[in-house]
Amino acid sequence: MIEHLPALMIAVPLFGAFIAPLLKKKGSAPAVWAVIITGVTLGMALLLVRQVLAQGMMVYVFGADKPTLVLPSGYRVPVRIIFEVDAIGAFMALSATLMSFIGALYSYSHVRNETGLEKYYALLLLLEVGILGMVLTGDLFNLFVFLEIAGIAGSALVGFRNYRGEASEAGIKYLIVSAVASLMVLFSIGLLYGQYGNLNIAYLSTQISFNTVDMIALGILFASFAMKCGSVPTHHWVPDAYTEVPSGINPTLLVATYASLYALFRVSFSLFGNITVNMSSLGWIMSILGVLTMFIGVTMALVQKDVKRLMSYHAISQTGYMLLGVGVGLAVLNDPAKLAAFGRDAMAGGIFHIINHIIYKSLLLMTAGALFYVTGTRNLNEMGGLARKMPYTTIAFIVGAAAISGIPPFNGFASKFLIYETSYQLSPIFAVFAMVTSVLTLASFVKVFASAFLGPPVKKYEEVREVPRSMVIAMLILAALCILFGLFPNVVLDKLVYPAVDALLKLGSYQTWGGLP
Amino acid sequence: MTWIESLTLNSPSGFWNPIVWLAFLVIFAFIGYLIYSRGNRSYKPNTEQVKPFISGNAVEDVEEIRVRAGDIYWGFIEALKGYYNVLMRMHSGDLRDYILWYLGLGAVILFVLVGGV
Repeated sequence: MIEHLPALMIAVPLFGAFIAPLLKKKGSAPAVWAVIITGVTLGMALLLVRQVLAQGMMVYVFGADKPTLVLPSGYRVPVRIIFEVDAIGAFMALSATLMSFIGALYSYSHVRNETGLEKYYALLLLLEVGILGMVLTGDLFNLFVFLEIAGIAGSALVGFRNYRGEASEAGIKYLIVSAVASLMVLFSIGLLYGQYGNLNIAYLSTQISFNTVDMIALGILFASFAMKCGSVPTHHWVPDAYTEVPSGINPTLLVATYASLYALFRVSFSLFGNITVNMSSLGWIMSILGVLTMFIGVTMALVQKDVKRLMSYHAISQTGYMLLGVGVGLAVLNDPAKLAAFGRDAMAGGIFHIINHIIYKSLLLMTAGALFYVTGTRNLNEMGGLARKMPYTTIAFIVGAAAISGIPPFNGFASKFLIYETSYQLSPIFAVFAMVTSVLTLASFVKVFASAFLGPPVKKYEEVREVPRSMVIAMLILAALCILFGLFPNVVLDKLVYPAVDALLKLGSYQTWGGLP
Repeated sequence: MTWIESLTLNSPSGFWNPIVWLAFLVIFAFIGYLIYSRGNRSYKPNTEQVKPFISGNAVEDVEEIRVRAGDIYWGFIEALKGYYNVLMRMHSGDLRDYILWYLGLGAVILFVLVGGV
């Protein structure tokens, strides 16, 4: 059973997605079904993490007993679809399943009054399938297929409230941006396949010769995944999509964005990670993009009046921290002394920030969804005095805002602390921008808190009450995680993050899976 | 390794222990409470004493005089008007611009990687 976990991680939510439409006209059955399926997948992800941390990388081959089987002709390269789950893949799978479960739980009440819920939950589960496929596969073409699944399911969900013109527009924009990025990813895969005749990432990484065609493929892959993960200057789709998508989908869509960030890291460290060639320029590009992303994102957030749009720009800004942390590690990959001194910790900061950000940004977007649920507006100018009416949402917002602003002892501080210190070692200006961004982040969340939750009560909201219980539970689970991850950062770093960093750094063990030459 | 060391996050040039930070927070919160408890006891809520006094003028409806989100940080945004003008032009909302920025980023990355900068 355990050895089939990588395949089951895809099969179970895929089965759930196909069953969900059959539950049409059965009341809340699609919602309950989605909670069950995402819960089971979360349980399997926990087993997968335990297995990978205990036994090392899992290799699962479709259509054969073991990956080392060769063709009768003696062709000794991997030809089957192979999943390769190392610690970073397991880390991302855990993030995806946790957020899909929380999103399904929150959606139970949040979208109860919408129509077409069987499609909503089917798409949510398909989005989860797309993300899990991206982070578990060891095959480039598979990566493209799952990227497409996630992109199509995501754009349909962004446009789910199709009675709103803005939602349809955002859905179409997300679809086109995803399609362009996917098409270019496919083109790059074609370039590599044309040269090396194979699609397996581990095998290709042993063959890459860093010629001009390889570098063109790398450049296109880098730019495409940078756009899909919302890096400046290709971040414009993020506020459109995150604002219009129902808040219950925000957590899963966030992880879908970071699945592309994972793909960017996988391409940089595994596919093109052969350190015989100096790739520090790629690390510098990633770091500079990170700094630009965090600063432009936060300054755009500061001027927003739509609460979800404001938080969406913060999502862009926080992606900058991840790019900076991992970019610093990539920039010193060829220098063992610097890598040991601060590069590995910088990467740990960046990867730790992924899960921290997924948790607190999902929480914040859910609080924004709760505000929309009770007031019917996202315009901060029209809100006020809601703290008295919505005490749990207020507590959840305070925890999320403190975490994203890097206030100790919440989880955002721990990862930012590592990023500040290590990016300073590469270039002090990076650390200065990172700290200024945190100050501006705090400033813009003070604005949200002051205008939505504080101040005198607004007459038209005199009758509003706290949001339904399932929404409160989902928010409080995430708030508790913000506190726990902040109080015990070492536990998360030692059990999840450093193994994920080492999985990226130890290219040799990734290349030699299954004993293939 | 003691339990307190096991909860200490060591970085390349420092350390962070949230439990110690929390212990200090509790101590300073207690000191703050001691100072607060020695404050003026003549305060009486829900009396004339707590009503605002604006030189005898009637107080406007509080809903009308609250600071709205759009007005917060007005000075900051005004001071950085030039920067924000550029940013707003960059965020046109036009899908064709989104793709142009992508092509631009791709061109720069290819120039750096293939051009050998």
